[in-house]
Amino acid sequence: MFTNRTHQSIVLSGLVFLLGIFSPSCVDAREYKMLQIKGSDTMVNLGQAWAEEFMVSRNDVSIAVTGGGSGTGIAAILSGTCDIAQSSRDLKGAEEAKAVESGAPIVTTIVGLDGVAVVTHPLNPISNLTITQLSDIFTGKVTNWKEVGGADLPILALSRERNSGTHIFFLEEVLRKGNSKGPEEFSSSALMMPSNQAIVQEVKTSEAGIGYVGIGYLSDELKVIPVGHDSQGPFIVPTVQSVADGQYPISRSLLFLTRGEPQGDVRAFINFVLSAEGQEIVEILDFVPINH
Amino acid sequence: MKSVRRIWNRIVEFVIEKAIFLAGILSIVFVVLIFVFLLKEGLSLFKEYSPLAFLFGTKWYPISHPPSFGIVPLLLGSVVVTLGSIVIAVPLGVGAAIYVGEVAPVWLREILKATVEFLAAIPSIVLGFIGLVTLVPLVKQVFHLQTGLTAISGSIMLAFMAMPTIVSMMEDALRAVPSSYRYGAIALGATRWQTIWRVMLPAASSGMLAAVMLGIGRVIGETMAVMMITGNAAGIPTSLMQPVRTMTATIAAEMGEAVQGSDHYFSLFAIGIVLFIITFAINLTAAFFINRRSKA
Repeated sequence: MFTNRTHQSIVLSGLVFLLGIFSPSCVDAREYKMLQIKGSDTMVNLGQAWAEEFMVSRNDVSIAVTGGGSGTGIAAILSGTCDIAQSSRDLKGAEEAKAVESGAPIVTTIVGLDGVAVVTHPLNPISNLTITQLSDIFTGKVTNWKEVGGADLPILALSRERNSGTHIFFLEEVLRKGNSKGPEEFSSSALMMPSNQAIVQEVKTSEAGIGYVGIGYLSDELKVIPVGHDSQGPFIVPTVQSVADGQYPISRSLLFLTRGEPQGDVRAFINFVLSAEGQEIVEILDFVPINH
Repeated sequence: MKSVRRIWNRIVEFVIEKAIFLAGILSIVFVVLIFVFLLKEGLSLFKEYSPLAFLFGTKWYPISHPPSFGIVPLLLGSVVVTLGSIVIAVPLGVGAAIYVGEVAPVWLREILKATVEFLAAIPSIVLGFIGLVTLVPLVKQVFHLQTGLTAISGSIMLAFMAMPTIVSMMEDALRAVPSSYRYGAIALGATRWQTIWRVMLPAASSGMLAAVMLGIGRVIGETMAVMMITGNAAGIPTSLMQPVRTMTATIAAEMGEAVQGSDHYFSLFAIGIVLFIITFAINLTAAFFINRRSKA
């Protein structure tokens, strides 16, 4: 009998303990608001900086920013597992269809601009390249630097991996020259690098290398190639100024995607991002503010 | 009162027995569920895409219009990296196993064995990172290549990862040979080397083959390190000095971007099936060799 009671009391106290664990967390969820932001690896540092600054004035809101690629973010916003998706590209056809199917229109807000710079080893004698030449280099049509006016050296083309918004942007804007459904593809001998930094690392050590990175990743160890629409020029160097006024041909918008019109805290956060203070952070992180 | 207690005990007994049974059966259920899920997702690709074009296609362009999901370059990428690493790891592993198992004094044997097994505890991402900053520039310099991100870099790094499995299993196989073999050989006037080469190695051969198979299994499924140092270009490899894209790296790199329910998404699961079949076959072969050893 005694042991029986003991068993019962153990079970009871266990239940009480479990209740004790679960109940405060429920209360917490109501007091603290969690915003999930997910997506573009290019934008992850930017999102983090905005979130930190925003949370200084709004300590009742907690914002978690994660990367994984634009596609990951878009998949998450479509399945409702995040509040804002950061994306460096627009929705693709299949994603658009999925958004329509789920009944919640995806609202796009432009929060900044980015230029994609073409970089080579500092000793590369090339002075400029056209979009067509870049397309030929990355599709593998041109395989030696001498064919575009350089030294007699095989070209080592470095691309971002396919989970990168930058990869898709470069593919559609440069390789396919703006025709997003064109037949051009990255050459099968082009290396697929996991990050901007990996491309920087490889280009600065290989004289044959050519790659593309966000303008935030430029440094003295790289040669930035001025790019022109055609051989007549003008050939433009990517800078905050040339991206902001739309002169540099390979630039893009950085986007926030939300399910329906943003409301409540999401709205407040987006307003902060678009404010002068928020756009200052864009400039500090070497991206281009929208109203430069 | 006593009968209440007896009933209570019986209930406890029953519950514990069933709980243990459940724990045992769950591991099998999970494997089956994973396989069923893999099959269901992977085979969905073939509703719209021909299995022949998948298995024998030489172009991997999953996000083109129309896409092409030929896994030959990826399959060859995995094979080249794996073969390379086995060619490096097996001679080293056999040598190490012979030294640890037959030649080294007992105190040194324990230290060596523990050290080799410690290699297995290093996370693969760490090995990949070390490879990226030390091995890759070295390979570029030594072989005068345009880039060090090649199959050979992956092979060398993966050889390190296969070593613990290979050395420790081979040493076990050598140790399992009855001492009477060794004494018999020495009594017949064989030198130490002749004993090892002509008697011990043949006697331990099935266990050693099993070690090689499990080493291959370890290498072919490795992802992070390979993704970091092999360049991931999906060309058909013709030598070890070229960048390659392995099946595992393809899945890891593209999973984030593939739209759920798209052909691209299904194709990654289909690669998963191919990988699953390969590792299953390898493990089966290893089990066959291990079985033959225990029967002999």
